[in-house]
Amino acid sequence: MARAAVRGRLTWQVADLVDRIDETPQVRSLVLDVPDWPGHQPGQHVDVRLTADDGYQAERSYSIATPADDNRVTITVERIDDGEVSPYLVDELHVGDKLELRGPIGGYFVWQPGDGGPLFLAAGGSGLVPLMAMVRARIGGGGHVPVRLLVSSRSPDEAIYAGELGTIATDQAGVEVIQTFTRAQPPGWTGYRRRVDREMLAEVAWPATDRPRCYVCGPTGFVEAVANSLVELGHKPQDIRTERFGPTGG
Amino acid sequence: MGFISRGFRGRPKVEAEAGRVPPGQYVTRDFPVLSAGPTPNIPLDKWRFTVSGQVDKPLAWSWQELMALPAEDVTVDIHCVTKWTKLDTAWKGVSVDTLLKDVPTAAEFVMAHSYGGYTTNLPLEDVTGGKAWVAYAFGGEPLEPEHGGPARLLVPHLYFWKSAKWVSGLELRDEDEPGFWEGYGYNNYGDPWREQRYAGD
Repeated sequence: MARAAVRGRLTWQVADLVDRIDETPQVRSLVLDVPDWPGHQPGQHVDVRLTADDGYQAERSYSIATPADDNRVTITVERIDDGEVSPYLVDELHVGDKLELRGPIGGYFVWQPGDGGPLFLAAGGSGLVPLMAMVRARIGGGGHVPVRLLVSSRSPDEAIYAGELGTIATDQAGVEVIQTFTRAQPPGWTGYRRRVDREMLAEVAWPATDRPRCYVCGPTGFVEAVANSLVELGHKPQDIRTERFGPTGG
Repeated sequence: MGFISRGFRGRPKVEAEAGRVPPGQYVTRDFPVLSAGPTPNIPLDKWRFTVSGQVDKPLAWSWQELMALPAEDVTVDIHCVTKWTKLDTAWKGVSVDTLLKDVPTAAEFVMAHSYGGYTTNLPLEDVTGGKAWVAYAFGGEPLEPEHGGPARLLVPHLYFWKSAKWVSGLELRDEDEPGFWEGYGYNNYGDPWREQRYAGD
């Protein structure tokens, strides 16, 4: 497997919150300005560190939702109601506040347009965040790699980036968006309404003979089911990259 | 103290956890799963564990042979670099000391290898002296595949990516070399108490 170059020390930096975007009642995107940000690859994440006035510190990791864009780094945070960090980020942090972070982190669950395709992306819930960075990189002038994005959401109320995904589905040649809503569906919905399974993947994913690059991100049960089904459908394990993304303790 | 997060208080401290949670970690009761790719399917009749590299002759154990070795029950706290810590996890497995008992070597490092291609590097002294096991049961049950079954390395004093899932062997080496995550910028050693998450920490 290819190795990234060994990098220097990742130092903590103080970012400014310059914008907040409501994605769903539970999810907000935070647009941060990070001086001296070194850039990142779609799929990477940052570590965020909160410090109380008694010195207590809490850290969490959040995927970056956008491709590299100078000093701008956008993370998308789901509020975990009994969490320690995510309620602060979603509810307490206002434009003009500062946030300590370091990154970018991770070099395996990444895709850049130059890596080629076709690309198959499977997202469970807020596992969509790092995959959205890849889709946005592809759309933002990143060549012509064919992309299929499968998004599993429980209900329309919990589906992030809904407007943007709708626009992509209708306007972007070469980028297909397939959605499944497992508990509640939009009015008039005629698409999938069940959890992702092997039959759905056989219909939606590129054939294994095309050797697509597959990225799977979501809660553990979702990732296990999708990755195992892709292997059963003939995809090579080394073509399938996984990342768990779910509400544990956040 | 430098930076303060305006309005952040943090959770009330839990007395019983004092001194057991490394910096930047939080306690979870779940057992989260992290892996870079699909979970390998390893039939027990095909399973082998090997000791190779700087040894007079390589050794190999079948699953039945591993089960026949003396096992230890260990209850330890584990710390994942993604920030969760799980206290009092109960494992059963064979001490690496038992596996290396009749293996004279001048090696100073090991590369742990896994089914599926994963690797992670450690100093030999961090997997000997009662510090590491090849674990095959968790909580009194066979270790589930998503948690590294049939067997995983257990090196609880280092961040948990060093506890290679689906372990297939230890390669004894004269020289150190980065394993999988270590090659992607994660720390070469990974001591949670010194918060050695990434290169340079």
